[in-house]
Amino acid sequence: MVKVIYIAADGTRTEIDAPEGESVMRVALANDVEGIVGECGGAMMCATCHCYVEPDWAGRTGERVSGEEDMLEGAASEVTQYSRLSCQIPLTGALDGLVVRLPEDQI
Amino acid sequence: MTLASVIIIGAGQGGLQAAISLRQEGFSGAITLIGAEPGLPYQRPPLSKAYLLEGKAEALTLRPESFFRTKDITYLTETRVEGIDRAAGQVIAYGPQGTMRLGYDALVLATGARNLRPPIEGLEHALDLRTLADAARLRAALATKRRIAVIGGGFIGLEFAAMARKLGHGVSVIEAAPRLMARAVSPAISAHFARLHQDWGTELILGHAATRIAPDAVTLANGGTVPADLVLLAAGVRPNSDLAEAAGLVVENGVRVDATLRSSDPAIFALGDCACFLDPRTGAHIRLESVQAATDQARLIAANLVRGTSTAYGALPWFWSDQADIKLQIAGLGGNDCTDILLQDGVVARLRGPDVVAVETLNKPGIHIRARKLLAGNDPVALDQISAIAAPQAAGAA
Ligand SMILES: Cc1cc2nc3c(=O)[nH]c(=O)nc-3n(C[C@H](O)[C@H](O)[C@H](O)COP(=O)(O)OP(=O)(O)OC[C@H]3O[C@@H](n4cnc5c(N)ncnc54)[C@H](O)[C@@H]3O)c2cc1C
Ligand code: FES
Repeated sequence: MVKVIYIAADGTRTEIDAPEGESVMRVALANDVEGIVGECGGAMMCATCHCYVEPDWAGRTGERVSGEEDMLEGAASEVTQYSRLSCQIPLTGALDGLVVRLPEDQI
Repeated sequence: MTLASVIIIGAGQGGLQAAISLRQEGFSGAITLIGAEPGLPYQRPPLSKAYLLEGKAEALTLRPESFFRTKDITYLTETRVEGIDRAAGQVIAYGPQGTMRLGYDALVLATGARNLRPPIEGLEHALDLRTLADAARLRAALATKRRIAVIGGGFIGLEFAAMARKLGHGVSVIEAAPRLMARAVSPAISAHFARLHQDWGTELILGHAATRIAPDAVTLANGGTVPADLVLLAAGVRPNSDLAEAAGLVVENGVRVDATLRSSDPAIFALGDCACFLDPRTGAHIRLESVQAATDQARLIAANLVRGTSTAYGALPWFWSDQADIKLQIAGLGGNDCTDILLQDGVVARLRGPDVVAVETLNKPGIHIRARKLLAGNDPVALDQISAIAAPQAAGAA
């Protein structure tokens, strides 16, 4: 299991232990974490699973995948260098303790 | 109207979203979500895509069981609404607890659609792909090597065909119309996908209707036969509007609703696959079958109910289809009355008069999302604007 920490726009912190291989988006939905919508189910179609990877972790979550940068243009909140689509971040052992912040709006 | 109790019929993607949005909007009254299917509400798009490959049903679940507890939403599973008593403001439902009458102040119809069953002899030999149970059955059937006939060359049939080919099965697609996905995409995109499916090794039979299904073959209207030991029926859907019709609501290609998604009864709303709504862009009543429409409509209904407003629905339609490694994305809504312009390989602008009303792209998410933003605005969009965002440097810079 890998620990993921979600910090909502209002500061609410939720810690989840999740199996490796699941995406940061799926884990949020499966555990009822507010602030991620994930409308397209991870098809990289909706940009409603936008998150900001905590700078310390940005190196480990890897590069944006092909097409992700483009879809982020459709995100409802500001996009920064730490912005990712959380459906494109699969959990691995190296991400144990990952911290992501959630934007104010997803729609 | 005091709003103390909302009932939602249909626990698919739209029905669930209505429940979620009601709470997000701050509604504190009773919410009852009634669904005929077993299990937790789930998403359908992966049923014709990743699910067939991976078989992970858990991955489709939209919200965990705990969600319904924390949000105080009563979810009645395997429960079917059998009637609406509008005079009493009640629905009559039948489920594991027997028959019950439940009262509502506002009722949301989110009953979706069911497979269209054309008059084909031997249709009982064909499988459907609409529910998780359907997909599980199909997946099990794909465990042995098959010769497959898909009746219907629309999105679902083609997504399935691409998957089945990838798994090594023999596949023929039978489509009565002269081209693939004819109702939804431009001829250029149809042609592009026809070439792709043929390259992948799928046999395409266009312009011929299936008339008979036997355990080992499908017969065509022209007398030809297509050998098949597995037949998928994917010839489109019918909106589930029988309940509404029986209750005396206006029904025409689904439950007819106004610009605020209200039916001919002011206490009853409809959304998603079962709703035929007034489209502000064309002034016509249309019915969409997409996750986007179901969820955006759910949000609007919830917001209007809780805030007491009558905001009109005007979200831009968008859609996607994954066929093997090709992702088709559509921003806006075109039709067969459109003039289509191929801007570059895999990018088509669809125009009505001087205005671009839809943009179709293949594996070009940047152009799609920029087109979506443009088309979602209030101003008409000219071809130049789409050409500008589709220019190689704009695409390359992203
Ligand atoms: C295989 C497949 C692939 C798809 N792929 C895509 C895609 O890639 N992109 C996309 O945008 N869309 C796709 N769609 C379409 C999308 O899934 C639908 O548009 C969307 O689910 C519609 O949501 P809805 O809430 O209107 O209806 P549904 O999700 O169909 O839910 C309706 C629910 O109501 C229940 N119900 C009906 N009558 C009653 C009753 N009387 N009492 C109780 N319950 C009742 C039904 O059992 C059903 O569970 C796909 C659909 C399928 C089947
Ligand atoms: S869930 Fe839609 S883009 Fe990530």
